[in-house]
Amino acid sequence: MTFFEGTDVWTVAVIAGLTLVTFITRCFFFISSEEWTLPEWAQQGLQYAPIAAMAAVVFPEILMQQGHFLQTWMDARWVGALVGGAVYFWKRNVLLTIVAGMLAYLPLHVCLAW
Amino acid sequence: MAQLAMFFKAENYRHSAFVEGLRDAAPQAPGVAAWGLMIGVAMINSGMSVMESIAMTLLVYAGSSQLAAIPLIAAGAPAWIILATGFCVNLRFMVFSLHLRPYLMHLPRFERVIHGYLTADLSYVLFTRRFLKPSSDSAEQQMQTAFLAGNTFIIWVSWMVASLFGIYLSNFIPSTWGLGFAGTLCLVGIFCSLASTKMRFFAAGVAALTAIAAYQLPLKLNIVLAIGVAVILSMSLERFRKHPQGNKT
Repeated sequence: MTFFEGTDVWTVAVIAGLTLVTFITRCFFFISSEEWTLPEWAQQGLQYAPIAAMAAVVFPEILMQQGHFLQTWMDARWVGALVGGAVYFWKRNVLLTIVAGMLAYLPLHVCLAW
Repeated sequence: MAQLAMFFKAENYRHSAFVEGLRDAAPQAPGVAAWGLMIGVAMINSGMSVMESIAMTLLVYAGSSQLAAIPLIAAGAPAWIILATGFCVNLRFMVFSLHLRPYLMHLPRFERVIHGYLTADLSYVLFTRRFLKPSSDSAEQQMQTAFLAGNTFIIWVSWMVASLFGIYLSNFIPSTWGLGFAGTLCLVGIFCSLASTKMRFFAAGVAALTAIAAYQLPLKLNIVLAIGVAVILSMSLERFRKHPQGNKT
């Protein structure tokens, strides 16, 4: 494993682009010093877009298997995610969410091969 | 590194609120580290080079968009698709920046942008929980800025150390252990922190169903489509609930 092995210009360019995406999204509303407001429809849309994005990423991650909806309920991922989510609403702590979810997930995944 | 300028600006790190910010974020740091570690492992396992993985860690600094981009980079998807997916996953940060704007506008642009770049999910949640209102008093503004600097500092450090450690460790952790699931769980945590109103639950449900139903679309376009459908339906429902008879305002 040498440092530069497998490095290509295209990937580096994509990384640069993603860096710009981080900058633009995190600073979007304070790049400009001008006083201005977003149109109301866009403000409304921004209420829903973030959680929609998270749901669109997370749920297929938990409920799909090789491009299909789960064929069996014996899958450790939805159990782990459910436990993790419940713990988040209870304790509001990301570490506990991860720990509890993994404690539910790993035995099922490793021992029972769910 | 520009971000270090902010942490080591004397009026920030010498301020007592800097330590307060550190303490406030400290309980969350191990969770951030677990998530960073897993992203470090995932980058190398996907076939990215060590140099690329280190560059991505140091520069992109956004776990959820990295997680979404990694498989697309490995599959050689077109760059605009990768950037569009990263942008969609990052849309929540635009909302955060709208909320944070009045807190930071007293600073010069360079400092605003650095603070913004460093403010990831947890710092935003902790900061806005601690300071419910922006201040017009300059001593208090300074206090809030120092708190934010301390808060983002500890999260940035735990992320970077863990993620670089993950890049180093990746050869020793077999993917069959299923540790990658820790990343999904971190997204579950972020998801739950955003689920604050009934309408947002509705948007989440629509997005989840659409993303699953449209899973066969190439290049993870199901994510972009799901966001579009959820936003449009949620806004329509909201409008309908305000004007049930279809009255135009």
